[in-house]
Amino acid sequence: MVNHIIKVENLVKRFGELVAVDDISFTVAQGEIFGFLGPNGAGKTTTINILCTLSKPTSGKAIINGFDVVRQQSQVRQSIGLVFQDPSLDDRLSGLQNLRFHALVYNVPAAVREKKMEQILKTVELWDRRHNQVRYYSGGMKRRLEIARGLLHYPKVLFLDEPTLGLDPQTRNRIWEYILELRQREGITVFLTTHYMDEAEKADRIAIIDHGRLVTIDTPERLKKLVGQDIISVKSDDGDKAAEEIRLRYQIEARRDRDVLTFEVDNGEEFLPVFIKEFGTKILSVSLRRPSLDDVFLKLTGREIREEEVSDVFKAMVRQHGRHTRR
Amino acid sequence: MNNLRGVYTIWYRDILRFWHDKMRMIGSLVFPLLFLGVFGSGLSTRMGFLAPGVNFTQFMFPGIIGMTVLMSSFMAGVSVVWDREFGFLKEVLVAPISRASVAAGKTLGAATVALLQGIVVLLFAPLVDISLSTWTVLALLPLMFLLAASIGSLGVLLATRIRSMEAFQAVMQMLMFPMMFLSGVFFPMQGLPVWMNILVKVNPATYGIAPIRQVVLGALPDSPFNINLLGHNMSLWDNVIVLAVFGTVMILLAMWSFSAEE
Repeated sequence: MVNHIIKVENLVKRFGELVAVDDISFTVAQGEIFGFLGPNGAGKTTTINILCTLSKPTSGKAIINGFDVVRQQSQVRQSIGLVFQDPSLDDRLSGLQNLRFHALVYNVPAAVREKKMEQILKTVELWDRRHNQVRYYSGGMKRRLEIARGLLHYPKVLFLDEPTLGLDPQTRNRIWEYILELRQREGITVFLTTHYMDEAEKADRIAIIDHGRLVTIDTPERLKKLVGQDIISVKSDDGDKAAEEIRLRYQIEARRDRDVLTFEVDNGEEFLPVFIKEFGTKILSVSLRRPSLDDVFLKLTGREIREEEVSDVFKAMVRQHGRHTRR
Repeated sequence: MNNLRGVYTIWYRDILRFWHDKMRMIGSLVFPLLFLGVFGSGLSTRMGFLAPGVNFTQFMFPGIIGMTVLMSSFMAGVSVVWDREFGFLKEVLVAPISRASVAAGKTLGAATVALLQGIVVLLFAPLVDISLSTWTVLALLPLMFLLAASIGSLGVLLATRIRSMEAFQAVMQMLMFPMMFLSGVFFPMQGLPVWMNILVKVNPATYGIAPIRQVVLGALPDSPFNINLLGHNMSLWDNVIVLAVFGTVMILLAMWSFSAEE
């Protein structure tokens, strides 16, 4: 029998009229990397807040490590590690002092405390900077320190809420190396929210969430199979006319996003030369690619997930900047 | 046990932060010493003696100690709002310690810092020709701490309800300055206009300043600096009891309000 470390049943959270989480149920097995994928405002953070006891559900139930998130808050808190979307470090203390505070609050036994702190700081490559105040750390270093902190008290589940938001690709990759390495070594469960597709692909299973609803849960591979084989995107002068021609010629209903039409075919490499030769409407550009989770999301919800990404990174930058100047 | 550890850890962090930030110590002393120097020197010669052997500067000195403690202990609230604004409060709120112990730790942390600053002001006693015996100093420590913890709890209580830094700062100015000016720091309690008399006596800080003055300048029953509350001549212990009751109510409210927070 699979050991379910997280069990969520019919979870609902309302803020007045708004239903932020709408009747969600799922389970996560021990040792699994479980991804929550969805656009901003889909209800990812609200769900995490309920699971980590920061917020109470309107109705429904959530069990973590055998403890109820409403009635056994203390035990739940002891069982989980958290890395929030926004930094939650004391930037006037050093990296080491931040970890020591955490170890004290979570009652990590004094005998192992210093040793564990050293080991974990070395893992995230911050040991040399341990005595520096956190305000002199870069964004990536802060995130690494937060991950180290989240793991300090031997949690059963590590929650990562958008762990690499606003970080450069190199740092993102580095952080993922740590996460995968730590999972391997510590065998902990990772619950992650993201709206980066490449990040979601690292998960064992993905739950796609939109408007507070759970759209589907499956492995990334199986989700991608939902979309079909190869994806052709055609940019044309006249979108209406092109869509009409695709419908008549190939009996395919193309999805349309402004003047780009997207549709799937079985064998893209062979389809494309023929298509370009025989297509009547003027084509500006054409591309062929394998399905990604972006396409899965688009297919399941009818919307692009990345619409807000740029403004997101921008917001994160403004937030960081604001912090520095205000302090 | 868990709760004690929580209180200790929260307290410890605030002390650590204070230690990293020694400029705050110097900065927070400028204001009270300015008052003492400027008002004291400016008015002392004109006002002569307020009681036998007590000139205006000497009268003000215990008040300045109280004022330093009061201003500094309000920082308990500021630091809660600050932690909320900069995210660290989340780390505290998801930790397996009770919210009540967080409120208590915050209050005690700020009270300890306030006490340290009060002690530094005490060092200036020789400058105003006040000599403090060891016993006087030992008696002052718990009095300063009680004042600090009471006002600190009020700060934490406010911080659980007022979320933004800007709003909190506004409320703090609105509350702290009247509390300071209407607590008998700068003037004796006799012959005040009726409205002022009422405000002074409902101000809890009054009962924190008065016992400090009674210890520094002597607590004779017929001292002109004693407070007369509804016809009752308040002794040192009377003042302490009023302040302690206020402090107890505040810390309980702060702990309750912090626990009720989502």
